[in-house]
Amino acid sequence: MYTMGIDVGSASSKVVILKDGKDVVASEVVQVGTGSTGPKKAIEAAFEASGLKQEDIAFTVATGYGRFSLEADKQFSEISCHAKGIFFLVPTARTIIDIGGQDAKAIRLDNKGGIKQFFMNDKCAAGTGRFIEVMARVLETTLDEMATLDELATETAPISSTCTVFAESEVISQLSKGTSRNNIAKGVHMSVASRACGLAYRGGLEHDVVFTGGVAKNAGVVRAVSSVLKTDVIVAPNPQTTGALGAALFAYEAANKK
Amino acid sequence: MSLTQGMAAKKLLGYYQNKADQDARDAKARGELVCWSASVAPSEFCVTMGIAMIYPETHAAGIGARKGAIDMLDVATRKGYNIDCCSYGRVNMGYMECLKEAAITGRKPEVLVNSPAADVPLPDLVITCNNICNTLLKWYENLAAELDIPCIVIDVPFNHTMPIPEYAKAYIADQFRNAISQLEVICGRPFDWKKFKEVKDQTQRSVYHWNRIADMAKYKPSPLNGFDLFNYMALIVACRSLDYAEITFKAFADELEANLKAGVYAFKGAEKTRFQWEGIAVWPHLGHTFKTTKNLGAIMTGTAYPDLWNLEYDANDESLHSMAEAYTKIYINTCLSNKVDVLLKIMEKGQIDGTIYHLNRSCKLMSFLNVETAEIIKGVNGKPYVSFDGDQTDPNVFSPAQYETRVQALVEMMEANLAAE
Repeated sequence: MYTMGIDVGSASSKVVILKDGKDVVASEVVQVGTGSTGPKKAIEAAFEASGLKQEDIAFTVATGYGRFSLEADKQFSEISCHAKGIFFLVPTARTIIDIGGQDAKAIRLDNKGGIKQFFMNDKCAAGTGRFIEVMARVLETTLDEMATLDELATETAPISSTCTVFAESEVISQLSKGTSRNNIAKGVHMSVASRACGLAYRGGLEHDVVFTGGVAKNAGVVRAVSSVLKTDVIVAPNPQTTGALGAALFAYEAANKK
Repeated sequence: MSLTQGMAAKKLLGYYQNKADQDARDAKARGELVCWSASVAPSEFCVTMGIAMIYPETHAAGIGARKGAIDMLDVATRKGYNIDCCSYGRVNMGYMECLKEAAITGRKPEVLVNSPAADVPLPDLVITCNNICNTLLKWYENLAAELDIPCIVIDVPFNHTMPIPEYAKAYIADQFRNAISQLEVICGRPFDWKKFKEVKDQTQRSVYHWNRIADMAKYKPSPLNGFDLFNYMALIVACRSLDYAEITFKAFADELEANLKAGVYAFKGAEKTRFQWEGIAVWPHLGHTFKTTKNLGAIMTGTAYPDLWNLEYDANDESLHSMAEAYTKIYINTCLSNKVDVLLKIMEKGQIDGTIYHLNRSCKLMSFLNVETAEIIKGVNGKPYVSFDGDQTDPNVFSPAQYETRVQALVEMMEANLAAE
C-alpha cells in the first residue's frame, strides 16, 4: 500500500510517498510554498521518482500552512506531523526543534511519540528561516552560502535585535563598521538559535534533541543551536521532509482504519 | 401585550442592545446625563440616579466585531495614541474624537458616517474602576480631560492574597459611598437608597440568569456553545442593572434547558472534544476563531472571561461589604494561585480536555500571567494547552493561519489523550 504526505510550507513544498508505512519511495522538495505551483510540482516529482500514479495512492494527508489549499483525504497540523515523522526516524527523540520558513517550534515527546507539549514562535519572523533569508540578502550572499561564511568566522558579531527589521539595520551598521561578513553570519545564526532554543527551554529540555525543518540544513545554525543548548543535537535525516513523512505515516494509519 | 413577548433570546439580545443605546440617545436629547462607564465598575449607582449608561469597552468590541475597528484605530493613531496602548481604549478614543469633532463643527466626520459603530452620545461624566485593569484609569481620566467632564474613580485594589480581608471590603465600600456622594453633587439631588436596593435586586436577578446560562456547559454533550457567551455578554456588561439583561438571559437559559431536555445539543452529534478559552475574545475575528474550533468538533465549555460578571452579592447588606467583595474578587484582580484555582474549577465543571490561551497584546494583565498559569494548570491536571497571539479589537495583531495551526495541534493532542483513555 502506498500513502502520500504533502507538507505545504510558507517557503517550500515537500512530498513523501511511503510503501506500507515504512519504506520511503519518494521524497521531493520544491523551493516554493503555499499559493504557488510548488505543491503540484512536488507531487509530480514524487510520482516521477517513484513511478507511481495518483490512483496508486491509498490515502493522502496534507500538512503545513497550505494544508487546506489542496485536495487531500485529511489534514493534520505540522506539529503532529513533525512529531510523527521524527519519532519514526529517531525513536529516542524527546525534544524536537523545528525551524522552518516562518515558524519555529519546540515539541516535547513522550516515550511513545505522543506530544507532551509544544511551543511556537509568536507572530514575528525572528528565529525563523525568513530571518536568515533577509540577512543573507543584506550580506549579499545566498542561503546556502551562509553556513560557509559562518564556518570561517573568527568570532560572533552580536545581533541584539530580535525584530527582523531592526536586526537588518543592525547588520547594515555592522557592515559599515567593517565587521566581517563571516562573523555577522555567525551572529545571525546565533540570534535565530537563541530564539528557537528559548522555546525548547520553555518545555524543559530532554534528550535526545533532534533538529529538523529546512533551517536544519544550515550547518551554521546547527552549531549555534548546539552551542546555545550546550548539548549535542541530532540533525534529522532529510530535515526538510520530516513533516511530509509524518503526514504519510498518518495517511498509512488512516488507510488501515478505512 | 409587551413588544418582546414570545421573542426568542437571540432577538431579545439585539432588541435590548439597540434599546440601551436608544435610551442613551433619548436621555441626551432630553438634556439628561449620560455616563460612560468601565465594564466592571458598579453600574448600580448611576442606574439608581437615572443616568443613562454607555460602556466603551462593549462599544469598542461591537465596532471590532462589525469590522470597523481599523478606522477608529487610525483616528487614534493620528492623535498620537501608540499601538502599544489597549485597542479598546484606542478605538474608543478614536470614536470620542469623531463625536467631539461632530459636536464642535456640527458635521459628522466622514469616517464616522461610514462607520458600523453603534451610534451613542458623548458622555457628561465617566466612571472608572481598576478592578480589571489600570489602563482604565488613564483612559477615562483622558476622556474626562478631553471633554472637560467629571471623572469618578472607584479604587478596587489588587488582591495579593485570598480570601478578601475585611479591611479591603471596608475600603472599597467607602469608595462606593464616595462615588455616590460625587454623583449627588453632579446630579444636584440626593441618592435614593430605596431605589438603590431595587437596582441591586435587579442586578442580582440578571446575574442569576447569566449564571444559569454558563452552567449549561457542564452537560456532556453541551447544549451551550461557549462562544454564545461572548455574544450575550454585551448585556451583562451594559444592562445588568436593568431588566433588559434579566429578560434576555432568562429566555436564553430557558431555551437551553428545553434543548437539553429534548436532547438538542450545540454541535448536534459533532462534539468530539471540549476546551476552555482563557482571555478576551478576538472580536474582529470572532467568527473565524469559533469556526476553526467547530470544524474540528471542539466546543468551548468553559471560559472565565464572561464569568467576570458573576457579581453575586447580598443585596440586603447595607454595609456594602458584600457588594464590595463581589466587585473585587473577580479573578483577574486576584493573585496567581487564585486565578489558577478559578480556571481549574471551570475546567473541571466543563469537563474540559484542553485550553486555548489568548495572548492578547492589548490586555497585559490577563495575558502576562497566562504563561505561568498554563504551566501550573498543566502540572495539576495534565491537560494540554496552546496559546496564540491576538488582540481584542486590533485585527492586525491576529494571524488566522497561525491560530488554525495551533488550535488544530491542540485538538489532535486532546483527541490522542481521549483515545489513550
